Amino acid sequence: MLRIENLSAGYGSIRALHQISLTVSEGEIVCLIGSNGVGKTTTLKTISGLLRPDEGGIYFDNRDISRTPPHKIVEMGISHVPEGRNVFPRLTVRENLELGAYARKDKAQIKKDFAQVMETFPQLAVREKQSAGTLSGGEQQMLAIGRALMSRPRLLLLDEPSMGLAPLFVLGIFEIITEINRQGTTILLVEQNAQLALRTAHRGYVMETGRIILDDSAAALLQNERVRKAYLGE
Amino acid sequence: MINPYYMQLIILVGINTIMAASLNLILGYTGQLSIGHAAFMSLGAYSSALVTLHFGFPFIISLLCGALFSAIFGVIIGIPTLKLKGDYLAIATLGFGEIVRIVCLNLDITGGAMGLRGIPKKTTLLWVVLAVLVTVFILNRIIKSRIGRALIAIREDETAADSMGINSTYYKILCFGVGAFFAGLGGGLFAHYMRFLHPKTFDFMKSIEHLCMVVLGGLGNMWGAFIGASILTVVPELLRSVADLRLLIYGAVLVLMMRLRPQGILGPQTDIAPAIEKIRLKFKSIWHRLARGKT
Repeated sequence: MLRIENLSAGYGSIRALHQISLTVSEGEIVCLIGSNGVGKTTTLKTISGLLRPDEGGIYFDNRDISRTPPHKIVEMGISHVPEGRNVFPRLTVRENLELGAYARKDKAQIKKDFAQVMETFPQLAVREKQSAGTLSGGEQQMLAIGRALMSRPRLLLLDEPSMGLAPLFVLGIFEIITEINRQGTTILLVEQNAQLALRTAHRGYVMETGRIILDDSAAALLQNERVRKAYLGE
Repeated sequence: MINPYYMQLIILVGINTIMAASLNLILGYTGQLSIGHAAFMSLGAYSSALVTLHFGFPFIISLLCGALFSAIFGVIIGIPTLKLKGDYLAIATLGFGEIVRIVCLNLDITGGAMGLRGIPKKTTLLWVVLAVLVTVFILNRIIKSRIGRALIAIREDETAADSMGINSTYYKILCFGVGAFFAGLGGGLFAHYMRFLHPKTFDFMKSIEHLCMVVLGGLGNMWGAFIGASILTVVPELLRSVADLRLLIYGAVLVLMMRLRPQGILGPQTDIAPAIEKIRLKFKSIWHRLARGKT
């Protein structure tokens, strides 16, 4: 479904990604793990078009999207939940979710999806008319994911969904991620909490300083000596 | 018949409402700090006046020419500068304002430093009221529409707006174009009221004046634009005896508003009733505090 080939990208003269390649197939949860500042977020930003790659190709359904602007990419079915949640703080929960469906025009289906999101996240339903800035961190993360689902993505890019959340909330979020995947959405997950990410995902990639150094099934990575030492704290 | 002095005040309040409302779209709803709004006003003023003087078009056509000319510049200036954010955009728009002023000062067709004179007086109270109504109506429609939701999303968080599938560059340019259009309309009305234009009228301070009106009235509130424009048009008239202190007062107003009520007199609600109620309660509590302090 998604294929990245020899992708390099960066900010100004600083190069953050060095020729990385990865693939995500339909129906999978793929995770990208690694410590701070190795280029995980940059990878997602480049896929969703927020950042232009310097070289290399990004293929979604075999179409090169490396030069496609972000709003077109959303229309094609990729939705990005940016790091740090980025909800619209002064708008209500409902307005946030409605903006998630901005690129769509099928009103009836949007209504159905809205009800579906409310069902997936009962906490949001309670706070429908509250402004998003007043929600707790966990609720904001749910809102950000719900908002991304409102665009009916086929591929969901999740950037650090566990960041800054209470441990109990983190488990809840990961259960929901599994559930979203079960309903048919493919997920590319970036996460620092390697343990949890590898337990949730089918396959994983390990990044170090802008390069992918390992890729394998999630189960195998959990057993991998190097991964255990560096990321699982064993 | 209304006293001509009051008439002038009412007309200026109207024109300033158009200016503040159009800047509100850019600053209050889309969150783009533009401090060159007077430049758009001057583009509209000069071009509509020149069209009237040279071609003798009917007033409405001159006004539209001025507004369109200004809108075109809004888009042209928007394309390179709207990739800038915050302070950088402010500096770019400030530079644009100065460029427009200096060009007007040096061109022959605008009368240069002598100013442009002999513009027929065509702006009447009726025209101004109509223009205000049309401006506020159209801007309100835009804000309540799909476009408005995109603009507000950009103000709230541009990255998130982008990842929602909102083409933020396009919408920012659109908002600059529309804002400039109505600023140009205000300029055209101004030109055909004052009958004389001079580049100095549209200097940096004029842009700051518009900014103050929006901030005072309430960012992101169309009623706020009207209230801000009214206060900052009428109060300086009342303070004519201390005219030298005007700038000082503007500065103080901005600082005090930012410190005490950053959301402006009305705040971001579009509904005026709860806001007035809030202000009433605020005054009440201040009054109580003062009363308690005295005893």
